[in-house]
Amino acid sequence: MPLAPDLAGREFPPTPPYDVSRSQIAAFADAIGTDDPLHRDLDAARAAGHPDVIAPPTFPIVVAFQAMSAFMADPDVGIELRNVVHSDQRFEVDRPIRAGDVLTAVISVESVRQAAGTALIATRSVIRTVDGEAVCTAYATLAHRAPEGA
Amino acid sequence: MARLKPGVSLGPAHFRVRRSDLVRYAGASGDFNPIHWSQRVATEVGLPGVIAHGMYTLGLAGRAVAEWAGGADRVIELGSRFTKPVAVPDDESGVVVEVSGEVKPTDTAGRVRIDLTVTCGDQKVLGMARAVVASDD
Repeated sequence: MPLAPDLAGREFPPTPPYDVSRSQIAAFADAIGTDDPLHRDLDAARAAGHPDVIAPPTFPIVVAFQAMSAFMADPDVGIELRNVVHSDQRFEVDRPIRAGDVLTAVISVESVRQAAGTALIATRSVIRTVDGEAVCTAYATLAHRAPEGA
Repeated sequence: MARLKPGVSLGPAHFRVRRSDLVRYAGASGDFNPIHWSQRVATEVGLPGVIAHGMYTLGLAGRAVAEWAGGADRVIELGSRFTKPVAVPDDESGVVVEVSGEVKPTDTAGRVRIDLTVTCGDQKVLGMARAVVASDD
C-alpha cells in the first residue's frame, strides 16, 4: 500500500474530547517519577497561579498520540503501522495542561520528504480546549519505511 | 532549582529505568506498543530487546528540566530526536539514563534555552534535545 501522494498540507478531523483528571495527571507524574508538587498538591498549584493541578511537560503526548494513531490508521493515508518509527517530538506550550481541561487535537501534515527509501512525515498536532483555548502544539516526525518491493 | 544563567552547566541527573517503569509508563500514557514490554515482539522486529518509549526518555529529560527551572509550569518548549533505542533488560538493576544541560541565551527576555545531553551507558540516546524555560536570572 503506497503512501498517499497528496499528504503534505492535509488536515484531519479533531480527536474526540479528552477529559483530563487529577488522577491521570498524578499517574503520569508517578510514571516519570517526578515529585513536583504542582502535579498533586492543589494548594501548591493555586499558589503558583493555576486553577488546578497541572500536568508534566510531556503529558500533551497523550492527546497528540491519539491524533497520530487515528492519522496512521486512516486507510486513505496509506501508512503501514509496523513500518513506522517515531523519529522526533517537540512541544511548544501555550499554557500547562491542567485537571478539568477537555482537550482535542487537530493533526496536519506539514511536509513529506523522501530519504533513502524512507518517507519522513512531519506532523503538527494543535491541542486546544473544546472552548478553543490554545494549550500546546506538538510536532512529530514519523519515519515510514517503504514496504519491501515498493 | 538551579541558576539559569547562560554558560551554566546543569546536572547530571540520573534515572534508573526498569521494565516495571515501562509498564507503568505504558498505562499512564496509553502507548501499549508491545516493543516496550514484550521481548518476543521486540526481537521479532529486529530490536536488541525491549526498549523504552522514546517519550519516556524525553519525559525523564523533561523532569530534569522542570526541576532545574523551578517547576513544570516554567517549561515553554521541549523536544528531541529519538536517536538510539534504550534497551531495558529484564532484571532488577535495569539501566541508567543520564541527563545534563548547558544554559544558552535566547532572543526573548526572561527565557533561556537548555541544550540537553541524554545518554545511556556511553551512547547518546536523544539527539538535538533542548528545552526553552522561563528564567528570572
